[in-house]
Amino acid sequence: VAEVVEGSRAVARVVALCRPQVVSAYPISPQTHIVEALAGAVGSGRLAGCEYVNAESELGAMSVAIGASAGGVRTYTATASQGLLAMVEAVYNAAGLNLPIVMTVANRALGAPLNIWNDQSDSLSQRDSGWLQLYAADVQEAADLHVQAYAVAERVSLPVMVCLDGFVLTHASEVVELPTQEQVDAFLPPFEPAWRLDVDRPTTIGTMAGPDSFTEARFLQFERQVAAADVVADVAARFAARFARASGGLVHRLAEPPGAGAPGPDETVVVAMGSVLGTLRVVADELRAAGTPVRLVGVCSYRPFPADALRAAVGDAGRIVVVDRAVSPGIGGVLAQDVRRVVDDGTARVRCVVAGLGGRDVTERSLRAAIVAGVAGELAPLTWLDLDRDLIGRAAAR
Amino acid sequence: VFQVTIHGRGGQGVVTAAEVLAGAAFAAGRYAQALPSFGAERMGAPVESRCRIDTAPIVTHQSAGAVDAALVQDATLLGALDLGLAGASLVILNTARTLAEVRSSCPDLPADRTVTVPADAIVAEHLGLPKPSIAMLGALAALVDIVTLDALCEVVAQRFPAAVADGNVAAAVAAHHWVAGGGRG
Repeated sequence: VAEVVEGSRAVARVVALCRPQVVSAYPISPQTHIVEALAGAVGSGRLAGCEYVNAESELGAMSVAIGASAGGVRTYTATASQGLLAMVEAVYNAAGLNLPIVMTVANRALGAPLNIWNDQSDSLSQRDSGWLQLYAADVQEAADLHVQAYAVAERVSLPVMVCLDGFVLTHASEVVELPTQEQVDAFLPPFEPAWRLDVDRPTTIGTMAGPDSFTEARFLQFERQVAAADVVADVAARFAARFARASGGLVHRLAEPPGAGAPGPDETVVVAMGSVLGTLRVVADELRAAGTPVRLVGVCSYRPFPADALRAAVGDAGRIVVVDRAVSPGIGGVLAQDVRRVVDDGTARVRCVVAGLGGRDVTERSLRAAIVAGVAGELAPLTWLDLDRDLIGRAAAR
Repeated sequence: VFQVTIHGRGGQGVVTAAEVLAGAAFAAGRYAQALPSFGAERMGAPVESRCRIDTAPIVTHQSAGAVDAALVQDATLLGALDLGLAGASLVILNTARTLAEVRSSCPDLPADRTVTVPADAIVAEHLGLPKPSIAMLGALAALVDIVTLDALCEVVAQRFPAAVADGNVAAAVAAHHWVAGGGRG
């Protein structure tokens, strides 16, 4: 049944339907509504068989999650921004220990300067942590991705981050269809760990790996994540068959002309992740209707990075414009680097537009202007959308 | 797409109002989205929320956009912030003063498209709480056809505890009647 639900509430309800046995979290804006709602569900008895741990810090929250998951139970946590940075040491350990924890990241900027609003700097800083990362385009997908995340995590024995844009999705109310308990139970059987910490059969995890075996441990982690791409795609396909809607997977091919093949040299493909995809969809549809050959590709699975699916989606497009919600100082947009690595073939066809940092509204008007410039071949390799030159001048004059 | 912006201060129910409006529009068979813009998260800080209502699915996530109706829950915002009211097709202002009086200090307020409603007095009488947001929606329902008073009252009844729901419904009805009856403007 479709209803209007706030993003955080939708996520909390779907996480509860996944029957986590331990939820361990420390509140931080804009993640707070999610863990508040889960604490309420545990406290009221609506989420039975679950222990809610109000941790003393984010490092504590992830450490509890590691212990719980290693103990063989389905485990959940959520954080954002500085909270994610505060748990980083344990974030890497969760991946290295192959624990299928699911964590929601309510994407928010990183300080300094202090800023509570949305961009994707926080989760993208954990690009190399070994976690899978799935990015939601809207509230419906944010809800659906949590069901898929547990299915993927438990199949490949890796932790999964589900990333949704803070405020823009966590605090937005949209029309969504949430699954029933019976539907989730049918899609997601109870967690049966391949191994668990067991006092009757003691084992040690997280031991030291010396120079003789550390490279091999990293090699196996790399191979495991690359192989997870097929599982991400398979789970999304099974989800689509069961729930009759497309959510999740590797990439979304949006704003495609009906019956079109791969993009050709005359076409421009815009690539982005997260809630900006909806806004880009409006712009791309308008431009295409006016005869501008533009397509839109959304990256849902950022890790593993969908190299083959992305190459197929951009085809031989003459120009690729990546709209990036995070920047790596000294080089440029974070997503654009990965896109370049995968699709660049000496043609230098990738352009990066850094947009919407620290909650700045990403408007249809500004995106349209950037894409039109991209189509015309007039975009610089790195463009900062809506940069306020007056403000920079005043700062420089101080 | 019909777009409503709601301007007020933290604690006045700005975010809730956009959610209630979205729920009422959805109940009437339309697609709806409520998108709040938070400033500093504290009581009294300016808060804005936008509700989009359409016959087709809503995919955009920009905060910007045209304004078909702007609800100003707190008249003290008018001099302090640019609420973008000059381009609004309709402004509903919570004030007990006449439009001429308000416009003498806020000339940007469109004279021909602004309606005043004394929502503070209405909620003081019917709700007993300084939260004019649902009463303002009642006034909106009297002026546009994208939402009905009945649909609003139904969502309010589902969302709030009985006493608060009853007070808000009474306030919404009173504000609706005030505006529908010509009130002042």
